[in-house]
Amino acid sequence: MSLPRSATLRSALIRHPGLVPGSAKRQATAYEIVRQALRPGRPRHKAGVTVVVLALLASFATPAMAQQAPLADTQLSDPAQEAQAKALMETIRCVECQGQAISDSNADIAANMRSLIRERIKAGESPEQVRAWLIQRYGDYISYDPPLGGATWPLWAAPFVLLVIGIAIARSSFRRKR
Amino acid sequence: MIAEGGLAALWLAAVMAVLQLVLASSAVIGGRDEMARAVRPVAIAQGLLTALAMLCLILVFVQSDMSVLLVAENSHSLKPMIYKIAGAWGNHEGSMLLWVTILGLAGAAVAIFERRLDQRTLNATIGAQALIAMGFYAFLLFASNPFARLFPSPPDGNGLNPLLQDPGLAFHPPTLYVGYVGISVAFSFAVGALVTRDVGTAFARAMRPWVLGAWIFLTIGITAGSYWAYYELGWGGWWFWDPVENASLMPWLAATALLHSVSVLATRDGLRAWTIMLAVVAFSMSMIGTFLVRSGILTSVHAFAVDPKRGAFLLALLAIYIGGALTLFAARIGTVRQGNTFAVVSREGALVVNNLLLSVILGIVLIGTLYPLAAAGWGVQLSVGKPFFDKTVGPVALALVVFIAIGPLLRWRRDETQALLKRMTWPVAASCAALIVLVPFAWGAGILPLAALVLAAGLAVASVAPLWGRNLRRTPLFTWGMAVAHLGVAVSLAGMASDSAFTKETLAVLRQGETRAVGPYLVTMTGIRPVVGPNWSAVAADLSIRRGEGAPFILSPESRFFASPPTSTSESAIATRLDGQLYTVLGQPDGKGGWQVRLWWKPFVTLIWLGGGLIGLGGALSFIGRIRRRKRAVYDEYEEAVA
Amino acid sequence: MRRVLLWLPLVLFAGLFGLVALGLFKPADRTVRSAMVDKPLPDFALPAMLPDKPGVARTGFGGGKPRLINVFASWCVPCIAEAPELMKLKAAGVPIDGVAINDTPEAVQKFLDRNGDPFQRIGNDKASQVQIALGSSGVPETFLIDGRGRIVRQYVSNLQSDQVDDILKAWRGMR
Repeated sequence: MSLPRSATLRSALIRHPGLVPGSAKRQATAYEIVRQALRPGRPRHKAGVTVVVLALLASFATPAMAQQAPLADTQLSDPAQEAQAKALMETIRCVECQGQAISDSNADIAANMRSLIRERIKAGESPEQVRAWLIQRYGDYISYDPPLGGATWPLWAAPFVLLVIGIAIARSSFRRKR
Repeated sequence: MIAEGGLAALWLAAVMAVLQLVLASSAVIGGRDEMARAVRPVAIAQGLLTALAMLCLILVFVQSDMSVLLVAENSHSLKPMIYKIAGAWGNHEGSMLLWVTILGLAGAAVAIFERRLDQRTLNATIGAQALIAMGFYAFLLFASNPFARLFPSPPDGNGLNPLLQDPGLAFHPPTLYVGYVGISVAFSFAVGALVTRDVGTAFARAMRPWVLGAWIFLTIGITAGSYWAYYELGWGGWWFWDPVENASLMPWLAATALLHSVSVLATRDGLRAWTIMLAVVAFSMSMIGTFLVRSGILTSVHAFAVDPKRGAFLLALLAIYIGGALTLFAARIGTVRQGNTFAVVSREGALVVNNLLLSVILGIVLIGTLYPLAAAGWGVQLSVGKPFFDKTVGPVALALVVFIAIGPLLRWRRDETQALLKRMTWPVAASCAALIVLVPFAWGAGILPLAALVLAAGLAVASVAPLWGRNLRRTPLFTWGMAVAHLGVAVSLAGMASDSAFTKETLAVLRQGETRAVGPYLVTMTGIRPVVGPNWSAVAADLSIRRGEGAPFILSPESRFFASPPTSTSESAIATRLDGQLYTVLGQPDGKGGWQVRLWWKPFVTLIWLGGGLIGLGGALSFIGRIRRRKRAVYDEYEEAVA
Repeated sequence: MRRVLLWLPLVLFAGLFGLVALGLFKPADRTVRSAMVDKPLPDFALPAMLPDKPGVARTGFGGGKPRLINVFASWCVPCIAEAPELMKLKAAGVPIDGVAINDTPEAVQKFLDRNGDPFQRIGNDKASQVQIALGSSGVPETFLIDGRGRIVRQYVSNLQSDQVDDILKAWRGMR
């Protein structure tokens, strides 16, 4: 059996019809596994209990107060640089929690990425350079702003195509010039 | 026994739906009028039975009957009563039961109140309603039985996710569902009209209150959902362009377009095919939205319980209803008489442009939301998020704002460009004034927020202009409604732009007695203390806050721990002032006596939801106005023209 | 022409339907994979995590000797499950370097005492700098670096025994 990785174990299993603040992540997993175990058609006894114990272990063994990266939640002293870094963070997707930007995530790796972005901006890199560096590491996945390219041109062309089609349809409801 | 009673009621309701379909179709196709007389009572019985089933479910939740699987999974005996009740629909099965309950009640309401529509079209509409309901009954009874028992039953339940233990939950999903169901009624009307080929002003007038009602609820649902996310999430954001949020936005966009096109159809007998099409699209969007949310095929912050079998079931329903309706559309609409065409410079001309732009926005949101899925199909991983939507939807939405301002200032049928320009004087002046005032402040914030603020000023003036110089007491309520709703758009837009342009953020680690500034405020950490709630314990920070020479006040953001299920959440503490909100969140301790706090000063951010509320209020005024007018049975085709 | 156009919405809907059906029945792999595979190992130098083992740096790679990098943490449960597989690789002679994420020397020492120590060197990557530079999105992950210092393979999640065989084959082939 392939165990879910701790990253996924912690984040991918949160299921509820509302928003998930990152802070809820670790413990929510244990809860969710209890739920899974309760569902019909799944082993309800030993296996479930083992998984629960494992999950609890995972949740408590995570560094409760990890040594956070230095600039994860510390603003840069230059407001212009901080604004640049912040704007960039809002467009970088968390690789662990997947549904959030790193600016809105409590995941450890998101915090570390925030710190990395602040460090690089502070060192004088432009936001687009940092984005390109991250795309080099993780592919287009990492950027909520899909770079224009072979796989994305239809996406960027769509608004214009829609506008043209819309105008064509709308024209038919207007009266011809008398 | 209550659970079994609920299940029985649900089965009976399903039988009623089948009966309703048989009766209605034999009346329409076979022309057997005696059948038609039985349709109404059956529809009413179906509505009552669904309501009974829902009541039973709420009852087992109130009693904390842990032998019901759904209760054991989602509730807990120690939970406050309101959340026990809300827990009944805070899960997949319960929410689907709520769906059919509202659908059943809406069907009953159509049967009771709709008297003006042509009898055959009405029968076809009620038949279409029954067909929709049957699909959802099948879904509930075969794939999501809310009344399933659990044996052996556990001593106590799993608890409801703490994030859902919030007044927001009690109202947000039901509101959206009423909206979705209202749209399904509009869809049934469209199908009924396609069956009888009777698309005209009477049809539009019969459909309009349903569209309007649905739209009001969708507006309120989205507004409330956005505020809920804003204070519950703890990051100060109110819209993330997340797939699940987009799924709720798409039906709203379609319903907004439909609301305006149905007005054109009712008043000027134009846009016939387009209105039918929009009704189908609006319903598809609510179905696709439900599917996207429930199937989990897109990665979202708002993750729901995922079950491929249920996803497949919903997908099959989607194919049957939408595929069927579109086939009917293609086969029939060619034989529907062409509606009127319009002059470009006219109220209906502006409404056509409004529909065009709304549809383009809808298309962009749909494509942007699904594009990662398509890309995954050819093996490319990519993400589409806020930057894409800001760049594409933003400009189109601002163009739309211009037409929202212009539309109500135009007369129906034909107008003069010169006269329009004259009427636009004050709105344009307001925009210019806003530009001059704002440029020094908002220049650095980027072009989009600045443009939005400037246009919002113009729209605010333009939206009340139709009331100008009128006897306000004799102005029809729906004219008031239009003005209020359009003003709401301006207000909401101003809030969004202000938040993105002027928000101040401070992240800090504070020890006792330390002070940091955020915007006009000084925030001092005065202490950290434990707090005990009914089913949680927490650490709260006391932040003493001062603005200038004013008296200090205390905000206490918390970090809460729930025992069942074991979860921790951050509870933000927010101070609302006339000119904005101070938003505080408590983070982790640094282990050396300091605590991480996140502070935001968000000028005029409340306008976002105030505007949303105004939009909903405008809709409600319009709704009341239309219903009243219906009662008086005054059908002057051009009465609502601006005199 | 108009008659044909009327069927267009149905065609578009069919496309949409096909797309979501595909998404439902053939769900895409959501693992975020590194884009650094087949690229040279980036430059880095991590301090030592434990007093008796050196840290990990770029300079230790290449030179004709293929090596493994294992991104792990003492607080991660799948890392425990993976430990025996790594020990197998160690026994076969594969040199493994550890990159410890968000960790402390005491916790790592305890982890190694309990689960075995497959590592020649362990770097302390407390801010995930190297993890991010490698394009790794969680723990555990394993990277195979060839003799020229290029990343040739990435294994996401805890190693399975077939993956161990795969690594051994590739490693022997590269020597």
